[in-house]
Amino acid sequence: MPSVPLDTRYQIETPEGIDLPLRPAGLLPRAVAFAFDLGVRGLIMGILLIPLALLGNIGIGLGSLLLFLVSWWYMVLFEVLNQGCSPGKQVMGLRVVQDDGTPVGWSASLIRNLLRFVDMLPFGYFLGAISCLQHPHFKRLGDLAAGTLVVYRERPLARPQVPQAQALRLPFPLELSEQRAILGFAERQGELSAERVHELASILATPLQVSPARAVEQLNGVARGLLGPA
Amino acid sequence: MKQSLFESRHQPQWQAFAEQLNQLEQGKAKASDMAEFPHHYRRLCQHLALAQERGYSSYLVDPLQQLALRGHQQLYRHRSQLTANVLGFILAGFPRLVREQWRFVLIASLLFFASLVGIALLVYLFPDLIYSIVSPQQVAEMQAMYNPNASRLGRAAERASSEDWMMFGYYVMHNIGIAFQTFAAGLLFGLGSVFFLIFNGLIIGAISGHLTDIGYGQTFWSFVIGHGAFELTAIALAGAAGLQLGWALIAPGRLTRGESLRLAARKSVQMLCGVMIFLLIAAFIEAYWSSTTTIAPWVKYLAGAALWLLVAAYLTFAGRVSHAPE
Repeated sequence: MPSVPLDTRYQIETPEGIDLPLRPAGLLPRAVAFAFDLGVRGLIMGILLIPLALLGNIGIGLGSLLLFLVSWWYMVLFEVLNQGCSPGKQVMGLRVVQDDGTPVGWSASLIRNLLRFVDMLPFGYFLGAISCLQHPHFKRLGDLAAGTLVVYRERPLARPQVPQAQALRLPFPLELSEQRAILGFAERQGELSAERVHELASILATPLQVSPARAVEQLNGVARGLLGPA
Repeated sequence: MKQSLFESRHQPQWQAFAEQLNQLEQGKAKASDMAEFPHHYRRLCQHLALAQERGYSSYLVDPLQQLALRGHQQLYRHRSQLTANVLGFILAGFPRLVREQWRFVLIASLLFFASLVGIALLVYLFPDLIYSIVSPQQVAEMQAMYNPNASRLGRAAERASSEDWMMFGYYVMHNIGIAFQTFAAGLLFGLGSVFFLIFNGLIIGAISGHLTDIGYGQTFWSFVIGHGAFELTAIALAGAAGLQLGWALIAPGRLTRGESLRLAARKSVQMLCGVMIFLLIAAFIEAYWSSTTTIAPWVKYLAGAALWLLVAAYLTFAGRVSHAPE
């Protein structure tokens, strides 16, 4: 596995000595998530303020407490109590974690959401957007101060079938990356067109010492051989 | 070992682990079932390491990685005893923090109170100055509120208890909002906090100077002295927290700017929690005590002075004992 990934993955090393990849989310999905949250907040206020308005002065008092809660605490409460997801992030498949991949806590969430005020300066998330765009892990200023990260939530993967073929063993040893490449080729064949599969496989025709036409079958056989009998 | 064999041998364990994770994530887990969780998690990590090292396919490694990530999230959850922490913070942690950061507190207080007192004196001496700071309309509003001839006081009339509620909510939102702004703006190299400290100082100072000048001093000062102890201190402390953030950026010392900002933010957000507690108390006093007109002004002055002393004593002396209540 290359030590520096080409994409925006963010590696954390856990105390168990394994590397876990996180995929930081960029500006656009985060902006959409925020817009969604803004809508939800507006809806909450709208729904709750109508009955409160009928209560007279107590209603106004409760209403302003509610406004305070919704404007300053909505994100914090959701992020801490709901596995790092506000409703908008939930919809966009995002979550907030600490830099070391652990769940976000009260103080970190409070910092990142209070400093949102600065991110919004001078208008329309200007500073936040600039910071987000220039940072390798798309952090806005609040994230920088709190040491948090907005990442994509992992989605369950559907396991494709490896095509049937006669199991083969190559006469020479394969490196780990080669082994994984061949397995990847076999597993992901279903997503590619037949021509592309053929084109990819024919690159390896010479080292495999087969005709380009038979390269696909040969590679599938090698993959079968690597997987072993089920 | 071939991949298929490895997989078929351990698949049930992974499924069981995923089941445990689901329960934990939905908060339905029972403690008795989870005793083995750390063990299972470490075993999964081992399997993941093996799978990577042996070059198994991505469709095996990636789900294992996802499981490990989810397990990591659950295992390394910070569990704090909230009530004990809050109590410890109020009794000892907050005043200690304020004393520890005395430089920023001093600077913020100087900025805030000096601009407040300075402009109050200036407005008192040169009454016309008020109109270059506060808009005439606002001045008129303030005058109407604190007019001793009307029986109105504070930001509302002599009120029924329901109105006390209303003002409590209003004060909480308004004041904590200001404190949060003063803090957050500190991220702009401290300049934002300096601005808000001076700005708020000027407004409050100008109005108090003006009201005293036109002879509404009695109603005004007896109204503000009580909750002012908490409210003004809280704004100064919020500014101090913001300055701390800014200073971490200006002079990070031997750390990188990002690292120093992270450390400072962790401290200053604690300070801000204390500020919030102060402002809640202030809003309470403001809504239920300061606004009553039935109490003689001298009682209010006395109580106000006592509250200022209380705040000063709390910030100076609380938490000095090393074995503070845990």
